[in-house]
Amino acid sequence: MAMRALLAALLGLAVTFGSLAVARADEFTKDDLKKWNDAFTAVRQEGEKVFHSSTLGKNSVSCDMCHPHAANTHPETYPKFQKQLGKVVGLRDMINWCIQNPLQGTPLALDDPQLIALEAYITWERRGVKLAPGKH
Amino acid sequence: MKGRITRRAFLKEAGLLTAAAALPLGLVNVAWGKKPTDRFTFAYISDCHITQIRGTEFVANFDKGLQRAVLELSFLDPQPDFVVFGGDLAQLGKVAELEHGLEMLKGVTLPIKWVIGEHDYYLDLGEYWQKHISPLHYSFDHKGVHFVVLNSILTDDDWTHNRWPTAEERMHQMARLDNPHGSPFMVKREQLAWLKQDLAKIPRTTPLIVLSHSPLYKIFKPWNFWTDDAEAVQAQLKQFRSVKVFHGHVHQVLYNQLGPITFNAFMATAWPWPYPVTYSQLPNKVPELTVFMNRADPFKERDGTGWGSVQVADGLVHHYELWENSPRTVRSPGAGKRPEDTVYQDPAKRIPPQTHY
Repeated sequence: MAMRALLAALLGLAVTFGSLAVARADEFTKDDLKKWNDAFTAVRQEGEKVFHSSTLGKNSVSCDMCHPHAANTHPETYPKFQKQLGKVVGLRDMINWCIQNPLQGTPLALDDPQLIALEAYITWERRGVKLAPGKH
Repeated sequence: MKGRITRRAFLKEAGLLTAAAALPLGLVNVAWGKKPTDRFTFAYISDCHITQIRGTEFVANFDKGLQRAVLELSFLDPQPDFVVFGGDLAQLGKVAELEHGLEMLKGVTLPIKWVIGEHDYYLDLGEYWQKHISPLHYSFDHKGVHFVVLNSILTDDDWTHNRWPTAEERMHQMARLDNPHGSPFMVKREQLAWLKQDLAKIPRTTPLIVLSHSPLYKIFKPWNFWTDDAEAVQAQLKQFRSVKVFHGHVHQVLYNQLGPITFNAFMATAWPWPYPVTYSQLPNKVPELTVFMNRADPFKERDGTGWGSVQVADGLVHHYELWENSPRTVRSPGAGKRPEDTVYQDPAKRIPPQTHY
C-alpha cells in the first residue's frame, strides 16, 4: 500500500514537472519573442506619434520641433541630477517639464501610457549609445 | 561714437557695441571699400516661426524672440543701413502668422531685404509673400557690394504638386524637420539661369554677398540641412574673388569655407536646434571648421537663440554671443585662409560642455 502511494506520488510529480516544463522561463518560443517585440514596436510607434503631435500640450508646439529624431534628449544619462530641478530625476520628469513649459500643457501621470510611449520612442532613437547614468 | 575715427577703431568699437547689447539678431559690418562712406552695416534677423494657436492667440515664446530683436535693433548705434530677414517668419505659412509677424516687424524703421523660408512658402507656394512682402529671388547693389537673394527652399514638382491632398497637408509635411517623407531643398534650373545672367554683368573682383535660407552646401539630408543643387550654385559663385554666404534655417552656430566662399549661419529668434551629430542612428557630418555651440539650457527660454555679428573687412570676423554659454569668435587668420574659432578650434582647448551631449 505504502509502495503504491509512493509510486502514485512519484507519478504525480512527474506529471506536474512534465507540465511545468512547457512553461519554463528560459524556453520561450519564437512566437513569444514576436509577441513581445510587436508590443514594444506598437508602443514605440505610438510614442513617435505623440512626440510629433501638436496636441500633447496646449499651444500647438510639439516635441520634435526642438528635438528632431529625439536628438539632444540624451535618455542614456538619466536618472541624473537635474540642476534646475535641484534633485536626481528620471527621463519622465524631464519630459513632463517640457510638456509643462515649452508646450504649456499638463504633466502626465508617471504611469500614463503616453509617457511610457514617449520614453520608448526617445530611448529607441538612442539605441546602441552607451549608458551613462548621472552624466552631464 | 564721436568725431572721425579710423576704420580699425570703427570695427573694434562696433564689435564691442554689439557685444554689450546682447541682441537676438545679427549685425554685419561691411568695410571692403577704402573710403569711410563705403563702410556700412546691416543687421540680420532670422527664423521667428510665429505660430498661431487659435484666433489672435500665438505662441508667446516665439513672439518674444522677434519682439526682442526688433526692440534691440532700434538701440543699435550706428543704425545699420538695412535689415535682412533670413526666412521662416511663420510656422505654418498662414496669413494670420505672416501678418502677426509683419505687425511686430513694423517696429523696424529701416528697409528690410527679405529671404523666404520653407515655412513661409509651402502653404500657398509664395503667393502672399510675393504679393505683400517681396520677390522670391532678386539682387541689389549697396556701396560697391553686389547682393544676391536666392530662394533655396524649392523642391521637386512631384513632391510639391502631386503628393499631398491639401495645401495644409503639404505645409505640415514640410514643417516637420525629421520627416521621412520630406524632400531636399533646391534652387532649381530657372533660378540658376537667372543667377548666371545676374552675375554676368558683375566684375569678378566685386565683393559678393549671397543671402539664402538654407545653407548652400550639404550637411544632413534627413533634416534638410541641405541644398541638393548647391554645387551648381557654388560653381557660379566661385568665379568671384570673395563671396560670403549668410543663411538661417539651421538655428545654430555653423560656419564653413569652400574655396573662396565663406558660409556663416545665424541663429534663430524662436528656438535652437541640436547638431545633426547628436542623432546617433544615421551617419552625418557638420563642417570640420565648426566648433559647436554648447547644448542649449532648456530652463532658459532664450538660450541657444542668441545673436551674432559679422565684420566683413580684410578677412571675416563672426562673433556669436550665446546666452549662458561662452561667446565664440570665428576669424580668418589671414587673407585667403580658412576661418577658425579663435579660442576653441584646437580640441585640446575646448571646455567640457562643448564635447558633451
